[in-house]
Amino acid sequence: MEWMVWTTPTAIFFSVIAVILLGMTAWELASPTIERRGFLPIATTRGDRLFIGLLCAAYIHLMVVGFTSISLWLALAISILWLVILMRWG
Amino acid sequence: MNNKIYSNRAWWLILPMLLLVAFSAIIPLMTVVNYSVQDVFDANTRFFTGVEWFQETLNNPALQAALVRQFAFSLTVLAIEVPLGIGIALLMPKKGWQASAILILVTMPLLIPWNVVGSIWQIFTRGDIGLMGWGLRELGYGYNITRSAVDAWGTIILMDVWHWTPLIALLCYSGLRSIPDAYYQAARIDRASRWAVFRYIQLPKLTNVLVIGILLRFMHSFMIYAEPFVLTGGGPGNSTTFLSQSLTTMAIGQQDLGPSAAFSLIYFLIILLVCWVFYTAIMNLQKDKQLDKGA
Repeated sequence: MEWMVWTTPTAIFFSVIAVILLGMTAWELASPTIERRGFLPIATTRGDRLFIGLLCAAYIHLMVVGFTSISLWLALAISILWLVILMRWG
Repeated sequence: MNNKIYSNRAWWLILPMLLLVAFSAIIPLMTVVNYSVQDVFDANTRFFTGVEWFQETLNNPALQAALVRQFAFSLTVLAIEVPLGIGIALLMPKKGWQASAILILVTMPLLIPWNVVGSIWQIFTRGDIGLMGWGLRELGYGYNITRSAVDAWGTIILMDVWHWTPLIALLCYSGLRSIPDAYYQAARIDRASRWAVFRYIQLPKLTNVLVIGILLRFMHSFMIYAEPFVLTGGGPGNSTTFLSQSLTTMAIGQQDLGPSAAFSLIYFLIILLVCWVFYTAIMNLQKDKQLDKGA
């Protein structure tokens, strides 16, 4: 593992992703997703919306880091808020 | 009566594949993420830098220019190769020995390795011994790919079109072969024009193969490395330096592992986004089509 040069923030990041994936699996087993149409222009399943949300989060962070001096925590908060909105109404 | 037994145990069969992907893709990708937030000198010396590398990469004018060039290149080759490939497929003979002969001839460029394609064109475009370089010069055009950016661009696009249009043509050819004769007979009864046959029978039937073709070509061209590297070395100046060449210079030439890790991740996210948008758009087009049929 030493060659992977882990740091605390990246370890937390990947743990959170792993937990989200496991949670989604458990949720899917408990109540299978139904493809539906929300405010997004396409019909999506729960997993699709999570993927869109995570991809958006990546771009939000890149924009904030690259072109503004806003705190990263704010970017994280916006991303989470957007992910929740997507999962619920997307 | 539906007595089928549903079992999800078959999912275990993908476990070996999952392990393989973990080792070949996921773990290396995690390592790249780790490198992108640190300055790693050797096994024992490393410093946490946070988002500094990302900031640097996103604001690097050379990389921004390479990204714009990359999109320009990919879109240009797609805009040429897709219509040209469909055209060639439509003109290819359908049966007999001519069909086999033409198939082999068309496929030839696909069999040549990238580096060799670069070398072939490098010689082909030389002013003293290359047929194209010499010919253009004799015709009075001062063709020189090491001096003129326009010449270099034109040559690289021509090279890519020569190398990869056959792929689109082959895919379309197989797509065209799978259209049943009944469609054409119906069209003849309706006295449909050649254009109408293409627009309402052939093109819709080609959607599936075109999706695969365009996706493959986009990803290939977006990651192009060996051909321009051998042909022009990214020059003149930086005019044909594409993303993967900038990345190689950074990671291997300058050993800047942190910044190149950040760059790789951004590169990866762009490809991921474009491919996802494209895939979703096409899949939804097809779904709409099926709904129309059902209604």
